[in-house]
Amino acid sequence: MPDCAPRIDMLRNIERALRDESLQRQMAKAMPASRRARAEAAAELPEWESLRSAAAEIKDHVLANLEEYLARLESRVSALGGIVHRAADAAEARAIITGLARSHGALRIVKSKSMTTEEIRLNPALEAIGARVVETDLGEYIAQLAGERPSHLIAPVIHKPTEEISDLFARKLGTPRYERPEDLARVAREVLRAEFAAAEMGITGVNFAIAETGTLVIVENEGNARLTTARPRVHVAVMGIEKVLPGLADLGVFLRILARSGTGQRASAYVSLLTGPRRPGETDGPEALHLVILDGGRRRLLADEAMREALRCIRCGACQNECPVYRHAGGHAYGSVYAGPIGAVLTPAYEGLERARDLPFASTLCRACAGVCPVKVDLPGMLVELRSRAVRAGLAPWRDRMLVGAWTFFTRSPARFALGGALGRLAQRLLARGGRIERLPPPLAGWTAHRCAPVLAPRPFRSMWRGPRGGRG
Amino acid sequence: MREVALFVTCLVDQLYPQVGEAAARVLGRAGCAVAFPRAQTCCGQAAFNNGFQEEARTLARHFLEVFADAPAIVAPSGSCADMVRGWYPRLFADAPGLSGLARSVASRTYELSEYLVRVLGATDLGARFPATVAYHPSCHGLRGLGLLEEPLSLLRAVRDLRLVGLPDAEQCCGFGGFFSIKYAALSGAMLSAKIDTIEASGAEVVTATDVSCLMHISGGLSRRGSRVRAVHLAEILAES
Repeated sequence: MPDCAPRIDMLRNIERALRDESLQRQMAKAMPASRRARAEAAAELPEWESLRSAAAEIKDHVLANLEEYLARLESRVSALGGIVHRAADAAEARAIITGLARSHGALRIVKSKSMTTEEIRLNPALEAIGARVVETDLGEYIAQLAGERPSHLIAPVIHKPTEEISDLFARKLGTPRYERPEDLARVAREVLRAEFAAAEMGITGVNFAIAETGTLVIVENEGNARLTTARPRVHVAVMGIEKVLPGLADLGVFLRILARSGTGQRASAYVSLLTGPRRPGETDGPEALHLVILDGGRRRLLADEAMREALRCIRCGACQNECPVYRHAGGHAYGSVYAGPIGAVLTPAYEGLERARDLPFASTLCRACAGVCPVKVDLPGMLVELRSRAVRAGLAPWRDRMLVGAWTFFTRSPARFALGGALGRLAQRLLARGGRIERLPPPLAGWTAHRCAPVLAPRPFRSMWRGPRGGRG
Repeated sequence: MREVALFVTCLVDQLYPQVGEAAARVLGRAGCAVAFPRAQTCCGQAAFNNGFQEEARTLARHFLEVFADAPAIVAPSGSCADMVRGWYPRLFADAPGLSGLARSVASRTYELSEYLVRVLGATDLGARFPATVAYHPSCHGLRGLGLLEEPLSLLRAVRDLRLVGLPDAEQCCGFGGFFSIKYAALSGAMLSAKIDTIEASGAEVVTATDVSCLMHISGGLSRRGSRVRAVHLAEILAES
């Protein structure tokens, strides 16, 4: 299991991000627009709340009957001439896909944006067998050129200022230093067109898979996924088990909430519904279609009642846009594929709480995420649950144990509470100047590093209370 | 006359007793008979939010004992009221002896502005507060208890008070309990953004339903040498 990977040091990652002035400027510039776009798109629909409820209900229904829907999907896709592969974990998925590239003799590969293939670290595995893999979503292409992971679910390089991308293109592609994003996009389009023309295999994710018809639905805005699936002779689609939907009738709800939650669009620019490989007489589409269905820790999550609804997630990124921690820290601080509130839930589930123990704690529990999640995942509730699991597993740092221990010791009875107050009043004689404290000793020093601390009142409320003066009488 | 048990919260008791006094005065003015059960300490939220549910349960059990028979429990804090109402029933869901009591106490617990407006139907309590005021909707009051109109309608009814809007008002101030110590720099960055908007609003006073957020904001204001004061909603409502 990946539990042997080192602990993600969220505190260090965040502090590094806060010191990175260019990152801070870029996040402050880019993030508010995403939030506003979602809020406006949601406010436009009087039925928004009922759409959210409907989406959550459909997902819950699927999760409650998951194996049945997966079996139906598999049999439909197979009947259409596609080949379905089930992968228990990332290693198995990688082996299946590298095997397909070899057996089809298809080593020129284009990819459209897919978090699931990021999750299984597919690209290095393909490169290791000598394949040329090119990401074709503009953001993903930039991330690939930079040798970075995407930092956001739908805007992979939201952390990167345009000047940095311009430098990157100049360095890697030998272009002039273009300043306008349109020029950079044009360069990428030219490069990618040649890749599409030569590609033998196209790899995509799947936004929704329809069990009733065997249709794979891919939602995007650049048209690159459509080219990835139409042009090369082999299409490999990779999906997590939770992406299945019962029927085409369910799709409407999800297309609406995904576009509005993700980008604030009324509809996404391209929605491809792919039902089987090319049929006789058709002029485009792949000769071979492979669907790889990944577990990768999802069935474990499904069996975990308190955490199950995280599998409702449709990867829209709204919780990331809304999260003040994400907006300051950036996606890379979360140390894995999934960042932001949903990442703080999924990474512990997929990679182990021991490795990801910091993630659920790096939140003020402000609940902004819960208000925007289109499938109503109780993200703050799950963070609280994961925190308690971390504590029960003995993963809490000594400072937490000490602070909470002291707090509980002094608040569990009125006598101790009074004693704690009295001790505090003695201690603050050494610390307080002019009604405030400028510097506290460890373990409270963090507080006064960024703000003054208040002083305890000369007398607590309980010793001032003289009965109900305010009442009539 | 309605009987109300005041839960002042641990922070008010030790740091801001004037807020407890103000809350009692306001409730009295609204026609309530206010009691202060002296055995009260802390709702356990700080331990709970940090993952220490056993410790939180210990404090919550004490709270349930203290307030078992109170007809209504009113706290000058949205986050403590939300802790009791939102989490106590879940904390004791599997405790046969306490689950009923937890649910019942939860259903009788209110944040101050919520109790005044939703239960008593009072908005004008005869207060006068000559200042320009910005309202910061604390996260747990806003998103936990759904409070926004309640405190705002109380503030609008205060004589000589000029209410100004706060840009990005619903953004967290960055407090988050122990988060502010563990992730101090990030918490400080969030605080700094909040204070920028407070200063930009032109307010002389920033108010909220929670002393925890106000303690955080006030610490940031004084570190920055700002002239803006942080004042709890109850203190404004108690002025006349």
